[in-house]
Amino acid sequence: MDAKEIIARRVAREIRPNTLVNLGIGLPSLVANYLPDEVQVFFQAENGVIGLGARPPEGMEDPNLTDAGGGFVTAVPGAASIDSAMSFGLIRGGHLDMTVLGGLQVDERGYLANWMVPGKMVPGMGGAMDLVAGAKRVVVAMVHSAKGNPKIVPECGLPLTAARRVSLIVTEMAVIEPTADGLVLRERGPGVSVEEIEAATAASLIQLGEVPEMTLA
Amino acid sequence: MKTAIKVEEAAGMIPDGAVLLIGGFMAVGSPLRLIDAIVARGIKDLTVVANDTAMPGKGIGKLVSCGAVSRVIVSHIGLNPETQAKMMAGEMEVELVPQGTLVERIRAGGVGLGGVLTATGLGTTVEEGKQIVETGGKRYLLETPIRGDFALVSARQADYAGNLEYSLTAQNFNPVMALAADTVIAEPQNIVPVGVIPPDAVKTPGVLVDHLLERAA
Repeated sequence: MDAKEIIARRVAREIRPNTLVNLGIGLPSLVANYLPDEVQVFFQAENGVIGLGARPPEGMEDPNLTDAGGGFVTAVPGAASIDSAMSFGLIRGGHLDMTVLGGLQVDERGYLANWMVPGKMVPGMGGAMDLVAGAKRVVVAMVHSAKGNPKIVPECGLPLTAARRVSLIVTEMAVIEPTADGLVLRERGPGVSVEEIEAATAASLIQLGEVPEMTLA
Repeated sequence: MKTAIKVEEAAGMIPDGAVLLIGGFMAVGSPLRLIDAIVARGIKDLTVVANDTAMPGKGIGKLVSCGAVSRVIVSHIGLNPETQAKMMAGEMEVELVPQGTLVERIRAGGVGLGGVLTATGLGTTVEEGKQIVETGGKRYLLETPIRGDFALVSARQADYAGNLEYSLTAQNFNPVMALAADTVIAEPQNIVPVGVIPPDAVKTPGVLVDHLLERAA
């Protein structure tokens, strides 16, 4: 199982039935593949649909039904199409139960940087700042380090997405919960030791007793 | 009642230096025929307010490529390397605005509000130079209204009263933009006799629409 699949399977277990969930593009979008059938949720695409469905079969695409990454999608029975003001009203107004987003860096305060690398990558924040500032729960789904460089750091050097403590960080090596006291190491990845996690993490981690191995969906 | 006009006539109304609000999300729900006609006219120095600059060769991306645009106010340019290159080269001014803030600034401009208070962007680079307002024990950024000289909107269907009906994720910024410009030009895919669109299905009332483009050939 590769790193992304481990992350997606672990994040899938965070999703509660009968909630409204927004999955970011890329790795976070994989989470939908591992959701147990009995967990009924509505996925939001912030470009304007509640009740996002799977990719349509080839030849059945609707040019007016895409996700926030611009890919063709379907809508599930009970779906609603909404304009951008309603969509972001839901996000900022406390109606979005959870968002899953990718990350470039997360720090000891639990602050996330995921929208730009000065001088290199300036794509714009799109909906990311509204999602992190507004969602009830923010889960960061990302690989633990980038080409050997730790992404969980004492303080973000990259521009912040929001000055808000995210709810949970899920990587292939660990599940980490940012708290007022710092980053608490909750779970280990499959076959990963606490020492290995600490070696791959630039931030200090708090351990409260035994750290169990993560269960995957 | 409105008489549908030719796309060239509509594009001919737009002078150099105009501020255009253009609907669409990565070209889905953008007024594509109108954009082509503006490109063909060779207008200069436009300011474009939109969710994004699409991609090269598509929708707003065509306006960027032909050099018609000197300034954009958008939430995302990540899929258009030309916008990024022109920004880096100083050929085009790019103001990046969080998506939910952008739509509310346009809405404020359209509904007579003096601004928007939002927590999105607090503690980030978006905060720079903006007034912070404390009310109800919470801190917010004061974001100013946006209006355009023209709103160029796309709709699935119009009637000759100018009433507009949208389709799925193609609605995005269109309904809000139709409120916020001196002149509103609508590009419907189809036009039906007055009475065919039930009042409950009208999302943009015809009183907001100044000009209606002929239906697609």
